[in-house]
Amino acid sequence: MKSHVFGAVSGLALVASSAAYAGPEAEVLHWWTSGGEAKSVAVLQEEFAANGGSWTDMPVAGGGGDAAMTALRARVLSGNAPTAVQLKGPAIQEWYEEGVLADISAVAEAEGWADVLPASIAGHMMCEGTWCAAPVNVHRVDWIWANADVLEANGIAMPSSWDEFNAAAQKLQAAGIIPLAHGGQAWQDATVFEAVALGILGADGFHKAFVELDEATLKSDGMKSVFDQMRTLRGFVDPNFPGRDWNLATAMVMNGEAAFQIMGDWAKGEFLAAGKAPGEDFLCASTPGDGFLYNVDSFAMFAVDGSDKMAGQQLLAKLIVGKNFQKVFNLNKGSIPARVDVALDEFDSCAHLSASDMAASNEGGSLLPSYAHGMALRGAQAGAITDVVTAHFNSDMSSEDAVQQLATAVANSM
Amino acid sequence: MTKWLEDHLPKLMLAPSFVAVLVFVYGFIAWTAWVSLTRSRLLPKYEIEGLIQYERLFASPRWDTALNNLYIFGALFIVIAMALGLLMAILLDQNIRTEGAIRTIYLYPMALSMIVTGTAWKWILNPGLGLEAMVKGWGFERFSFNWIVDPDMAIYTVVIAALWQSSGFVMALFLAGLRSVDGEIIKAAQVDGIPTWRIYTAIIIPSMAPIFLSAFIVLAHLAIKSFDLVIALTGGGPGFATDLPATYMYAMAFSRGDIGQAASSAMVMMAVVFAIVVPYLYSELRSQKDD
Repeated sequence: MKSHVFGAVSGLALVASSAAYAGPEAEVLHWWTSGGEAKSVAVLQEEFAANGGSWTDMPVAGGGGDAAMTALRARVLSGNAPTAVQLKGPAIQEWYEEGVLADISAVAEAEGWADVLPASIAGHMMCEGTWCAAPVNVHRVDWIWANADVLEANGIAMPSSWDEFNAAAQKLQAAGIIPLAHGGQAWQDATVFEAVALGILGADGFHKAFVELDEATLKSDGMKSVFDQMRTLRGFVDPNFPGRDWNLATAMVMNGEAAFQIMGDWAKGEFLAAGKAPGEDFLCASTPGDGFLYNVDSFAMFAVDGSDKMAGQQLLAKLIVGKNFQKVFNLNKGSIPARVDVALDEFDSCAHLSASDMAASNEGGSLLPSYAHGMALRGAQAGAITDVVTAHFNSDMSSEDAVQQLATAVANSM
Repeated sequence: MTKWLEDHLPKLMLAPSFVAVLVFVYGFIAWTAWVSLTRSRLLPKYEIEGLIQYERLFASPRWDTALNNLYIFGALFIVIAMALGLLMAILLDQNIRTEGAIRTIYLYPMALSMIVTGTAWKWILNPGLGLEAMVKGWGFERFSFNWIVDPDMAIYTVVIAALWQSSGFVMALFLAGLRSVDGEIIKAAQVDGIPTWRIYTAIIIPSMAPIFLSAFIVLAHLAIKSFDLVIALTGGGPGFATDLPATYMYAMAFSRGDIGQAASSAMVMMAVVFAIVVPYLYSELRSQKDD
């Protein structure tokens, strides 16, 4: 009897909800709450409203997304997931395995996403063959930034190999300039590490080590050279680096205290915000070696009930990958559009370099996910690698011990 | 009816909080113990897999560091805070004129949150900004105090900041204890010509045993749950040299989506607390009964 009543009530509720269809609805969980990022999200919000949708904003700041993930966990466990959530990389697949993601293949196919997104980036947006997420941007991680005046004054060109970099750094050190501005936080150590690894191991080696977690590659002599180079770099940072935030390191390059910084292209935003011009005040180049490490932000679509929410989800997905949003958002954020057919006239020279390198790497098979920014591996494995990298960088551990620990830590994290 | 109420009112009054503690403390301890036996990743799963999470935990060098740091930090923090607190309390107890003002000054750090303490000490200890830069600026070029950027020494900076924060509070506890000692006994001892230090070591301090217990319990739980201080002061760094079990657990549960691992580390933390606090409580409570 009870179940009959319940059935009748939920039936009524269904009728009521479809009768009250008020247009597309979307609740969006994200952690883009700081100045430029908030502005970028507002663009999407306006566009969504202009298409008749009603947007419920759910910003959860703090901990680089940790707080938002905790909120998401609570929402999913209570059976009331948000429409779309800022998620990236293998985390999308992890949530898919929990059985809570929606299928948005209809929109993706109608909009022809497969033709406009680079194949390896599109791969992150698919869950067992169906589309389940929409990409927002492409950050390049393997950048090296430099103070143009400092390089010129010391007669140094942007280095194209790690040996050149080391030679330049020694010259700078002799001249009393800090060669490498670095912040000693685990994720920054990991960022430098993967740039070095890409240069030394090459695209194939990088893929084997940080995507396939191949034990032989993790223990290889190549990996030892990577750790050797990390030890060399340790000598090029100032003694005061532990705990420093990345933007303070960028400021050191800006004011000429330091010459180089290895950091993703969010650093460009700092330079631009300080009124510096790319090519004149600061220089950008890929770190020595071939390849392109990407960090792609995306929105994963969660399974929701009700036609208005589903319509909102479809509309949202369409707008996110739409040309206008991809352009405006990325102009604000310093990254480049994920779709390759957006006109880049309004973008700066570093973004042009990024876009042309992305296209070239895509063809050459060296367009790779960043491990340090959670694109290549799941949290537990990526964290295990970072633990070893940061322990090595902050101690006098030998490269032999480091590769041994790396292999053990990865095995232990499974 | 009144009689029944009289008999049962205390129980009725306590029932809600009893139920709350049962569910929210012991219930969740049981839940955590269960989850620590599973392979939970992003979301909790409930199929028991055995002790795999504990094996992973004890194979992790980072957990090793965290647990060692807890021992170093806990031991130094508790011992030094009690010693300093007792010393300051005894000095303040000498009937000095500005006692009120000095007591307030020493107690003030307790009014700050650990985050503020951590951030302030981060700047004070930073070699390029704080103490070292200042002394070098005075002309002592070879002065060096770079513990906070030295992986082997960084944990001691956490001890320094925690001591600065908590010693004043321990002092206040001990001061209250000193004042509660019967003045007649002290006077009698003075009449007998016993030196002051003997009065303290033989009469006053032994009679303050319950205060030592309270101070120990307060400091021990501050040490074990220490989290915000490390996050603000060193962020667990350099590397993970200043990780504590609490920061390890946070990283696993909230940054890495490894709930099973976080649960097993929480269980080990609880075991450490029990191992230290239970025997102490037991011996203290029993000796009180004997009196």
